[in-house]
Amino acid sequence: MASEQVIAGTGPPRVARVRVPGGGLRSDLRAVRVVWQRELIRFSRDRARMITSLVQPVLFLFVLGTGLSRLASSGTHGVNLRTFVYPGVLAMAVLFTAMFSAASIVWDREFGFLREMLVAPVSRGAIVIGKCLGGATVAGFQGVIMILIAGLVSVPYSPVMILEVLVLQLLLAFALTAFGVMMAARMSQMQSFMALMQMVIMPLFFISGALFPVSGLPTWLSVLNRLDPITYAVDPIRRAVFAHLDISAAARHALAPGVTWWSWQLPGVFEAALVALMGFGLLGVAIARFSRTE
Amino acid sequence: MTQAIEHADWATRDERKPAVWTRGLAKHFGELQAVRGIDFAVAPGEVFGFLGPNGAGKTTTIAMLCTLALPSAGEARVAGFDVVGEREDVRRNIGLVFQDPTLDGYLTAEENLRFHADLYGVPRALARERMHDVLEMVGLWERRQSLVNTYSGGMRRRLEIARGLLHSPRVLFLDEPTIGLDPQTRSSIWTYIKELKVREEITIFLTTHYMDEAEYCDRIAIMDQGEIVVLDTPESLKASVGRDRVQIKTDDDDTAIAALRDRFDIEAMIAEGQVTFSVAEGEQFVPRLFAELGVAITGVSVSRPSLDDVFMSYTGTTIRDAEASTTDRQRQMHSMHSGMARR
Repeated sequence: MASEQVIAGTGPPRVARVRVPGGGLRSDLRAVRVVWQRELIRFSRDRARMITSLVQPVLFLFVLGTGLSRLASSGTHGVNLRTFVYPGVLAMAVLFTAMFSAASIVWDREFGFLREMLVAPVSRGAIVIGKCLGGATVAGFQGVIMILIAGLVSVPYSPVMILEVLVLQLLLAFALTAFGVMMAARMSQMQSFMALMQMVIMPLFFISGALFPVSGLPTWLSVLNRLDPITYAVDPIRRAVFAHLDISAAARHALAPGVTWWSWQLPGVFEAALVALMGFGLLGVAIARFSRTE
Repeated sequence: MTQAIEHADWATRDERKPAVWTRGLAKHFGELQAVRGIDFAVAPGEVFGFLGPNGAGKTTTIAMLCTLALPSAGEARVAGFDVVGEREDVRRNIGLVFQDPTLDGYLTAEENLRFHADLYGVPRALARERMHDVLEMVGLWERRQSLVNTYSGGMRRRLEIARGLLHSPRVLFLDEPTIGLDPQTRSSIWTYIKELKVREEITIFLTTHYMDEAEYCDRIAIMDQGEIVVLDTPESLKASVGRDRVQIKTDDDDTAIAALRDRFDIEAMIAEGQVTFSVAEGEQFVPRLFAELGVAITGVSVSRPSLDDVFMSYTGTTIRDAEASTTDRQRQMHSMHSGMARR
């Protein structure tokens, strides 16, 4: 139905003729799939990117974690600082990979491939969703690698924890890629995009409490921390990890206090939902920005 | 805008609907009028060329026809569909080869094509057959498994043409398909284009600023500063000029131009650094010129009317000189673009 063969006539050989099927949901889903697939193919060929985005988390975990542990042993209730930093580093691994994924849309624009996608008879939304899912999947791979090294920082391999962490990582990666794609909608140069990301992502990462417990902070930092979206991904990851550590209640209370809003303790599921909601909101804006024609 | 002289409904007058049709199509970026209300129609199966210097508005016109830019005024239909109201239908029926490359260098040629086929919803079995056909045609079947990064410029352009044809578009847009390529690759690309005309039911719409390439088109529209100055077949255009072009090098160009006016009643001008004018019988005129001009002539050339002369007689300049003077305009356009991006 979607295609027809043309019977060979006289003269030069006639080629099979294609009739491009009509649009609609099916064609958009197909577009999401091919854009997603391309992200995976490209990632699998880009060893350098795989390694680069793992270097920073590993540095934080083993160098910073080991170095600072000599100062901090009294405040951590006997918990190794590397173990404490580990959940933050799990979030961090996703952070950088997602940013690279979002950057690829700027790269696509710079090298022209974006145009090939934009003139196709599919909705722009499908392309943006494919990009974001691709980014999330790739970040998920990086997340898995970071989960695998849990044993090195004395975190047990509990299936429940692994699942929880992975889901949270995927959510965070999706939201971050959506954020990056939204920012990338109006950028044509890789350099300016990378500069912007450094300016936005590094502060968000530091403020999120990836490297410190979020209770008993000075008010200004406490307020900033509650406003930082990444806080709501880091906190449930930390609580998921700490729930499976064999440590004292006092240590757990001091190191993974959980985020509070005016003394209301936010449940992990609520935090995850917040991240998801933000992800969809950003995705909506990204789609709207890409759907505009000059 | 322009008064609609042509009736909008072609179907009532002509069985064959035009493959591309515009009326008063215009685009401006702020103050700059990139395209100033153009009207034309391209018949199905035609090879139609837009000829003009860089900055004449050719690429902007293509962008509007391909639904990548919204017209500021006027309307356009491609393959029978409105470029604003029926964007997806237009996109389903067109193939595009841009001036700048749009391939993914980290994918193989085959993967680039498969991506395209999937995006356009070409059924798997048919896509395989089609991929083989188009890759064979451009001579890249053997190299299909190589990463596009390892391809030369000419191979990439050929792959782009193959990709543009993969979904059997009814109209293929080629924006400067041979720009930046060596003469050999250029001629091979033209071989494909001519072959295409025979093999597929397709209309080809292309832009070029190479005069010799415009000769291959069935009809040409000469575009200058956002307007179509003339539209006809290359033969009639050349016939309409009907005169030979003579270019002379002299020791004193100003005196030579004055002498031509006084003694021969010929209006000459400086083009490409030489005194240039046209006469009915160039070869018979040259001996008289040497005898009677009174200014030392150091070089002379006579040429039959070419598209260059057509271009000159309609725009008052040669395409090469026009290129040089549009550089300023483009700079202006560029700064306006970046100005918009900042806002």
